Amino acid sequence: MQIDQLLQYTLSGLSTGAIYALIGIGFSIIYNSTGIINFAQGEFVMFGGMLTIFFLNVMQLPLWAAIPSAIAVATVAGILFERLAIRPLRHATPINLVIITIGGSILLRGVAMLLWGKDTHAVPPFTGEDPISIGGATILPQHLWILAITVVIILVNKFYFYHTISGKAMRACSYNPRAAGLVGIDVRRMVLFSFMISSALGSLAGIIVAPLTMTAYDVGIMLGLKGFCAAIIGGMSSGMATVIGGLILGILESLGAGLVSSGYKDAIAFIILLLILFIRPQGLFGKAETERV
Amino acid sequence: MKKDLLKFLFFAVAVMLVPYALEGGYLMNVTVFVGIHTILAVALNLLLGYAGQISLGHAGFFGLGAYTSGVLTATYGWNPWLVMGGASVAIGLIAFVIGFPILKLKGHYLAMATLGLGIIIYIIFNETIDITGGPSGLPGIPYLQIGDVVFDSDLKNYYLVWGITLIVMLLAVNLANSRIGRALRAIHDSEVAARVLGVNARLLKVQIFALSAGICSIAGSLYAHTMTFISPASFGFNFSVELLTMVVIGGLGSVYGSFLGAALLTMLPEFLRFMHDYDIVFYGLLLMLMIMFMPGGLVRGIPDLVRKAAGRKGGA
Repeated sequence: MQIDQLLQYTLSGLSTGAIYALIGIGFSIIYNSTGIINFAQGEFVMFGGMLTIFFLNVMQLPLWAAIPSAIAVATVAGILFERLAIRPLRHATPINLVIITIGGSILLRGVAMLLWGKDTHAVPPFTGEDPISIGGATILPQHLWILAITVVIILVNKFYFYHTISGKAMRACSYNPRAAGLVGIDVRRMVLFSFMISSALGSLAGIIVAPLTMTAYDVGIMLGLKGFCAAIIGGMSSGMATVIGGLILGILESLGAGLVSSGYKDAIAFIILLLILFIRPQGLFGKAETERV
Repeated sequence: MKKDLLKFLFFAVAVMLVPYALEGGYLMNVTVFVGIHTILAVALNLLLGYAGQISLGHAGFFGLGAYTSGVLTATYGWNPWLVMGGASVAIGLIAFVIGFPILKLKGHYLAMATLGLGIIIYIIFNETIDITGGPSGLPGIPYLQIGDVVFDSDLKNYYLVWGITLIVMLLAVNLANSRIGRALRAIHDSEVAARVLGVNARLLKVQIFALSAGICSIAGSLYAHTMTFISPASFGFNFSVELLTMVVIGGLGSVYGSFLGAALLTMLPEFLRFMHDYDIVFYGLLLMLMIMFMPGGLVRGIPDLVRKAAGRKGGA
């Protein structure tokens, strides 16, 4: 085993890991404000990539305009999803909520297939395709874009949750929605916000990864599930723990695909998911919780 | 439970008469699948409807049964009946062992863990090409046979599959009315309360999970022998979701509801042919609308609607 090969796998693992981290944060934000695992999260990732292609090819917009437009439309879809599917069911059992978000994800995937067909599409890289070599390993400029955007998002995220009124209100809701309501926070609006933020984050993740992996109507399932994996490793935190979870997952997956077998690449993520759920369901860094009856 | 037995007999007679109404033809083939899907939906319902534990990986157990039967009979020429029984027991045991850590989880976490399990099984079907033939599938699985009777036509398979389906349904009805059924419903409503009352909730959940997986395996074997060809695509995440849809649409906790759900979802695509691949949009919408407006499923929703309609008429 050569060192530069290891470096290569680790570097490419870092950038896919960053994508998982962004999706995972989206999962966590919704979970913390509502207690719901949004199985449709991955579909917003898919929408990000597919909408960008739509704005690029059909509307003939330049890339810098297509990306915000795609995020905006995906965010509106997230708002609609919350309004039409989640809000009417606020008192449903967890199983019913699981089922409704699964129904939602199938519907969104189906709509994407209806609108854009089953073909795989490529988004052009943001800045060129000339590989950059780093100590024997080569990476693409897109990898750097992914890492840079992820860092920016983490910083913005931190600022929002700790230094703005609305972010602090959301954190209050996640600790205790009832108490948050009593001190005058509009909990329902915060739930809507959480869906907005996580669909925006998800679609952004889908956009920045699309130049590397191509995109199609059905990429959302796997990306979504792996984002969830990252969130589980991070103990459903909407901060650094989930980011680290995503990076660990990305690197392990990339090493596994490179050293063991690429066919089992996806299985690796799910084996990690099962192990974490069995051994440390509270995440790698969390404390155990007790269930209130 | 005389009433239940009578209901079951009515149902069984109706099932036996269906082939006379259809007089062979294309729909006969579809009704065989209704039978297999009913077995699967009843199995999932035992877990989801009675014990209140979700599984998004049941297609995996279905596939394990199908592939065990397929590989051992087609490649190694073992006796299909022995394999079917053996596979069911073995897969039940596997489910029993992994059931302990999995069913410790609740709600969303349980959904994700079972989903992960299902996907791992699906990936294994695809990647162990030497054994399963990989994505291109496993052909040449023999038909089942009793003495000189070979189950090689839709009509014969209909009676074979539905015979087993009826046994599974009877078993499920009896289980629901037993002490175990009551204990399961107690777990469904509140696991802590059930445990306080002396129900060994943890063991019972795992047992029902194992039973459910074993039944799915039988359905898988039947599927392999009636189709004579299997490929991983039939056992993926989408099929787990389809099973879930059947159970939810039919009605959680109702054996006949599972039949209704299975029948509806199996027949529907035949009538929605003009929609091609887009029927998946319809499934998603159906699933959401059912949970929103008819969370009890068809078996409870339709009588409610009828009662409401009748009430309105009476009032006016």
